[in-house]
Amino acid sequence: MYNDKVVDYFMNPRNVGSLDAANGIGEVGNPRCGDVMKIYLDVDENEIIRDVKFETFGCAAAIATSSMATEMVKGMTIDEALRITNKDVASELGGLPPQKLHCSLLAEEALRAAILDYRSRRNGTRTAPVCAGCCNACTEYEEEERYIPETSRVAD
Amino acid sequence: METRKVYLDNSATTAVAEEVLNAMLPYFRESIGNPNSLHVWGRDARRAVDEARASVASLVGALPGEIIFTGGGSVSDNLAIKGAVWRAGEAKKHIITSAVEHHAVMDTFKWLAKKGCDVTFLPVDEYGLVSPESLASAIRSDTLLASVMYANNEVGTINPISQLGEICRERGVLFHTDAVQAVGHIPIDVSKIPVDMLTMSSHKMYGPKGVGALYIRKGIKLTPLVHGGGQEFGLYSGTENVPGIVGMGAGARITLKLLEDGEAGRVSSLRDLLLDGITSRIPDSFVTGHRTERLPYHASVCVRHIEGEGMLLRMDFAGIGVSSGSACTSGSLEPSHVLLAMGLDHATAHGSVRMTLGIDTTRDDIDYVLEKFPPIVETLRKMSPYKG
Repeated sequence: MYNDKVVDYFMNPRNVGSLDAANGIGEVGNPRCGDVMKIYLDVDENEIIRDVKFETFGCAAAIATSSMATEMVKGMTIDEALRITNKDVASELGGLPPQKLHCSLLAEEALRAAILDYRSRRNGTRTAPVCAGCCNACTEYEEEERYIPETSRVAD
Repeated sequence: METRKVYLDNSATTAVAEEVLNAMLPYFRESIGNPNSLHVWGRDARRAVDEARASVASLVGALPGEIIFTGGGSVSDNLAIKGAVWRAGEAKKHIITSAVEHHAVMDTFKWLAKKGCDVTFLPVDEYGLVSPESLASAIRSDTLLASVMYANNEVGTINPISQLGEICRERGVLFHTDAVQAVGHIPIDVSKIPVDMLTMSSHKMYGPKGVGALYIRKGIKLTPLVHGGGQEFGLYSGTENVPGIVGMGAGARITLKLLEDGEAGRVSSLRDLLLDGITSRIPDSFVTGHRTERLPYHASVCVRHIEGEGMLLRMDFAGIGVSSGSACTSGSLEPSHVLLAMGLDHATAHGSVRMTLGIDTTRDDIDYVLEKFPPIVETLRKMSPYKG
């Protein structure tokens, strides 16, 4: 069901853990649905992601996508990181089974939530988490309610 | 990579026993007849089918004429339930089942509900047991049928089938039980327990896949699902799957012998070693299902703070085959309906693991699992945002 790359990122996940120095933390999902992802960012003064870690309660796809997403954004600016979509993560993993695509969406949401948290901490405002927590709603959120900062919007 | 292989998913399917395979082989190339043919090839095949029918009948204490061979456990469940409902017509529209049935029963009831039947789903307690009182109070004057599984596939709990059947008999309600997980593994005698129909599956008792049986107590009439040549007493038309049926008969003889030889005692002590070993070595883990009213080969646990699919895959890579009631193993977002009906919360139910032992399972296998499982849990917990 999973390809070798997904299995590798599940069995040998990169960037597992938490960051004491985190200045942006995003947590999305709901244990009810079997997926919770928490991403910790350490963003430097030039808005470059210096370090990133994750913790995931979820299936192999959820763990592999969190791992891949953290690897992809390490060293990126937060604006670049915001352009990463779940499809980018899934394709970097060489594809996921169709019923597992929602897991990759969660990785994108967790990353976005962490970046929003970083921004709101910097601006002194708090923003609600991107994902309200129900897996079924993810696709609707993606279409309708996902907050993308003006500067980060890209035509696609 | 690990070379050792430990298969602990015998509830999903068992290996075909060597004696079973040897019994089947002549019916592919030598005794090739259609049992409905009059010539010697046909008569040989008919005799083989009849012998298998007698073997299956004696495993459960039935008469050979009360055994219908079908295409498997799901077919048997569908035939028993739809067959009884269709036969009754408009007279009785109320049917009863439990909240923890296999989907072959559960989804048949849901479908019949859409078609106009009035369905009651009985709750279960924290062990997955259906109480005789709840069945008794659910029965109405227009109740046709109750179907309660003999033993649960996910948690191994054995229901009080005698008592449930007794209640149905007193109230004039047909009683069906899906005994797929139980037949051949615990003693069952339909001549002593008030069961009207009982579902069996060959590939859970060392026989081949694609064949099952339904015990139908003499005198009970069903409407068939499949019409055609009138095979299997008119209840399951289609040329008999002779090698499969022969295999199921051989499986029945083997499991009857195993029961007599005390295999249940051997396998249940291994099961207890496994359950005790897991719950003592893995913090925040617990046994699901009943501890004593339990299938001898069935071990199921929940491990908190992590999700089942990850455990299943890592066990797989360590050479151990298990299954899980987690949503992620099924492609849906809902975890096992059985665990939820037993009152577990979603997050805990996602962390379920089922290990089902078989005739090939050894003490070394259990020791191997007890060596490999705890570090897998520890690794996954390190990745989890929940630390307990």
